Amino acid sequence: MSADAQPADPVSAAVAGAFRDERAIVLATLIRQVGDFQLAEDAVQDAFEAAVTVWQRDGVPANPGAWITTAARRRAIDRLRRNRSVADRAERLAELTRLDAQHAEPSMDDESTIVDDRLRLVFTCCHPALDMPARVALTLRALGGMTTGEIARAFLVAEPTMGKRIVRAKRKIADARIPYRVPADEELPDRLRGVLRVVYLIFNEGYAATEGDRLVREELCDEAIRLGELLCRLMPDDAEVWGLLALMALHDARRAARVDPSGRYVALDAQDRSLWDQDRIREGLAKLERAVRLRRPGEYQLQAAITALQIQAPDAEATDWAQIAELYGALGRLNPSPVVELNRAVAVGLAAGPAAGLELLEPLLTDPALERYQPLYAAHAELLSRGGDAEGAARAYERAIALTANAVERAELERRLGALH
Amino acid sequence: MSQYMLLVYEEEVDPAEQAEREQVTPMLVELHRSLREAGLLVGVQRLHSTESATSVRVRDGETEITDGPFAVTKEVLAGYYVLECADLDEALQHAARLPMAPSATIEVRPIMPPGEWLNTARRAGVDLPDEAVDYLA
Repeated sequence: MSADAQPADPVSAAVAGAFRDERAIVLATLIRQVGDFQLAEDAVQDAFEAAVTVWQRDGVPANPGAWITTAARRRAIDRLRRNRSVADRAERLAELTRLDAQHAEPSMDDESTIVDDRLRLVFTCCHPALDMPARVALTLRALGGMTTGEIARAFLVAEPTMGKRIVRAKRKIADARIPYRVPADEELPDRLRGVLRVVYLIFNEGYAATEGDRLVREELCDEAIRLGELLCRLMPDDAEVWGLLALMALHDARRAARVDPSGRYVALDAQDRSLWDQDRIREGLAKLERAVRLRRPGEYQLQAAITALQIQAPDAEATDWAQIAELYGALGRLNPSPVVELNRAVAVGLAAGPAAGLELLEPLLTDPALERYQPLYAAHAELLSRGGDAEGAARAYERAIALTANAVERAELERRLGALH
Repeated sequence: MSQYMLLVYEEEVDPAEQAEREQVTPMLVELHRSLREAGLLVGVQRLHSTESATSVRVRDGETEITDGPFAVTKEVLAGYYVLECADLDEALQHAARLPMAPSATIEVRPIMPPGEWLNTARRAGVDLPDEAVDYLA
């Protein structure tokens, strides 16, 4: 049933397909109906397990999603009858029994109910009262199609550890009564930013994967993009939702070129551009355009615009660094951060010469937040070297080398240090 | 509706700064009045400073009494609220609106309903009559 299972026969394939396509939708609706995350999830799990045997015996139903919905609801009724600790148990049971007596599956046809339920689930899974690793795990488990084992492998933790993390999060949702609803208007912008942060973190975890089972970890990129697409469907009027999807698509387009055949990281200006996925790039640019048309600038749109400029230029030389520097400036005004300021200094250095870049970079050298930030010293070295100060550049490279824990990065910095003299 | 306890943790400060903090009292009166009128305020108390705290531990049958709070921390429990709320979001909103929120940390904890307490004990194998629920909380 998991994404990495190998379906051997048509029934297993149908169950796996229903798991991938319908599980999250059925779960979202059932959580609302039973009012308990864990119970709903157990019931959905029961339904999929039942499907394996029943479909084998009676054949695959015409509408697998509707079959799973009905089966999960009946399992939920059974579980609710046995479980006395659920709040409002009697009302829940009455409602479920009433739904069960109806012939059709209204929720399967009612697109807006499905959208509402999934949106509620997004905000519950990404609730700020849960700690970040729990939000990420719960989002992948409940909204994505990943099993606990897959999430554990993707985040390089033992499966029981990940299982405990998810169970604890679900228990907190129940005990603290984390609501299952879309936040009120005044809270919505903040909470939505939190949701986007979870999705982008999932993407980055996959994108920056340098160790562990890389294939599983790259699955996180696909999963994050699917979540991004889901959010675009659910909230098509939010510019940042489109901005994030654009950003992820533009990064993802270069996934194949980021790592060489021996598994080593390849920097942007050394990448083989013929390996870039042009369809993905076009897709990313289209999403960015859609975001910009909404006329509500935000950090993801700015980052996507910067990435778009880097990608669209034929090479690093011909890149519009002045424009990129300006975008970093806008990003820094929106969301001040020394790392953004460093990126701006590098872009200015490339647009207007090393002296201008150094002028912006130098104040950062005394910023305690960047004291152990290797890229600061690598960038400092680059600017000094291009300005003709080989001695200063050597000192900065040595500092950068001392701060790196990554063997590939170290080799690259040592190569540049050696090329100075 | 569920009940939540809002535990207010504050740094203990010198008398001059404390006098400054007392200035929020009229706002508290107003807040408590409106919460009570809305039927949301189950309880609120302020505690004396931890200088007046005494901790009791019984180990191996010996009662040990020490002067001071159970742990020495920078921020200490200064008081609490018990509020009726629809869900955690509502409780978090109340916490953020407390006049002392800018200088305090407010820990929000769901209160276990007596029925759930009874069930938890029963699941652990404790034999209890139904009416025990009236005495648990």
